[in-house]
Amino acid sequence: MAVSQRALEATGLPRPARFARVREWWEQEHVFGYALIVPALALIVGLVAYPFGMAIYFSLSDYWVGSPGSFVGLQNFRDIVGNEMFQQTVYNSFVFSIIAVVFKTVLGVWLAMLLFRDFRFKRLIRGAVLLPWVIPTALSVLAWGWMFDSLYSVVNWTAIHLGLINPPGPNWLGMTSYAMTAVIAVNVWRGLPFFAIIVLAGLVSIPREYYEAAEVDGAGSWGRFRNVTLPLLKPVLAVVILFSTIFTFSDFNIVQVLTRGGPINTTHLFATLAYQIGLTGGNLGQGAAVSLFLFPMLAAIVFIQLRYIRRE
Amino acid sequence: MNVGVRSRGSRIRSALFGYANLIPFMAFALFPFYYMLITSLKKDAELYSLKSVPFLIQTGVITDHYRYLFFKTDFLTWVKNSLIISVVATAVSLVIAILAGYSLARLRYRGVGMFGTAVFITYLVPPTLLFLPLSQVVVWLGISDTIWSLIVTYPTFLVPFSTWLLMGYFRTIPREVEECALVDGASRMQTLVRIVLPMAIPGIVCVTLFGFTLTWNEFTYALTFISQTANKTAVVGVTADLIRGDIYYWGSLMAGAVVASLPIVVIYVWFLDYYVSGLTAGAVKG
Repeated sequence: MAVSQRALEATGLPRPARFARVREWWEQEHVFGYALIVPALALIVGLVAYPFGMAIYFSLSDYWVGSPGSFVGLQNFRDIVGNEMFQQTVYNSFVFSIIAVVFKTVLGVWLAMLLFRDFRFKRLIRGAVLLPWVIPTALSVLAWGWMFDSLYSVVNWTAIHLGLINPPGPNWLGMTSYAMTAVIAVNVWRGLPFFAIIVLAGLVSIPREYYEAAEVDGAGSWGRFRNVTLPLLKPVLAVVILFSTIFTFSDFNIVQVLTRGGPINTTHLFATLAYQIGLTGGNLGQGAAVSLFLFPMLAAIVFIQLRYIRRE
Repeated sequence: MNVGVRSRGSRIRSALFGYANLIPFMAFALFPFYYMLITSLKKDAELYSLKSVPFLIQTGVITDHYRYLFFKTDFLTWVKNSLIISVVATAVSLVIAILAGYSLARLRYRGVGMFGTAVFITYLVPPTLLFLPLSQVVVWLGISDTIWSLIVTYPTFLVPFSTWLLMGYFRTIPREVEECALVDGASRMQTLVRIVLPMAIPGIVCVTLFGFTLTWNEFTYALTFISQTANKTAVVGVTADLIRGDIYYWGSLMAGAVVASLPIVVIYVWFLDYYVSGLTAGAVKG
């Protein structure tokens, strides 16, 4: 077969007309366009949309690992909403996300302004600043776990030697009043570079003339920041804050490695609680119900993005 | 015009102020890595002594923790698994994303806007929303507890992100170049492969780098879908399997963290500018 095909080409005879027709069909813009998008769409439908549907189905059934359950309506939701551990998780998630995002925004803008100046070793310093964002989070968080060790914490050692606290210092990950602070600090550490680098790009795009005009009008550095920088950064800030809110709200790695939701559930977030109930506990129905609480936040942010931001 | 011209003294003062402010940020960003490294080189006696200074190595550098890691644990297997998973998942996602990105950025047909929105929405879906049902999907596919469970699921977050990034690059290529090729009798696929792709190489490098980084670093799925030690990834292996019983052996844990981060550090140092530009393309989750 292959030989005869080659012989056909060698003799210069025209290829079969059917082949030309297929080629003509294939070359149409819409046919080619659909063909190229099909693999991506298949992936999205099969491994994102379908599992999402399954999550909804799980949440309405008493599905346990290894035993497909029956439909139970909203029972799972009723159970978890009445559960103290879940109520604590809702509270934690908001405290964690709001404080972490505020800190990342403020420090991120500040850091971006510092990086925006002309200075030596610019590339080196920017590279260093971005590092926490690039290194595997689970591993760097492991290092933070050691830094917050109950006995040999380097954080406490430093604070004690600077005279800031009395020995032995707090047990960061083991005490309810400190664990959330530790988890937020690590999230800020991990997310700050993302804010700083994106805001920096926003700063670069602000035309210099605006600053010069403000300076002519007698604006001081605070005035320039308030009246020029901040308003022009607004679109960039909006995108970063929305993005970061989704991924802070749905964070898993930091809490899972650092505290597993403890002590006494004071650091549980939706994702870690869903993992504990759905996989460690095997109650997939209830776990799925917990993780679906991430959805309203996601939907709201997607809506804002599509409605107001992508239009620009 | 005197605007913007300041005295030498005030310029120097402002520069010093800038550096002084950067120092705490740099210390905050880098200290955990420094601490990781020195912990991995310290003797246990020094690590667990309240009298030692934690910032220094006072009783000599040792390599025991690394030797333990390489010869007494499955660490090398985990690294091999991570490499296979990252390379295959990134390559597959890259191909799918090039096709989809080109289609969405360049071709006109009914529904193209809707598909673009679908990709964008998928790109915002956090993995933690779907890990429970996906853990069942991989069971049904018969690939649960194998590295295939990750190779198959990682494209769910890589493809939307890569497509989004590549669309931006494809849009910057002038249409005329493609039209010329089509007029000259090239097929659409030839135009894509021979004309468009070479012009989008920075985008492809960027997507490859991010793809490799995101898959290498991934934790949620890797922790959830795989329980056999021999099939774990480097990140999960170090985080979960180096803890014996309930005891944290910090020396070997930090040695594992250092070595498992190393491939990413090397690529990062080499391609720093791509990371920065990929990030600022506004396309990356943070």
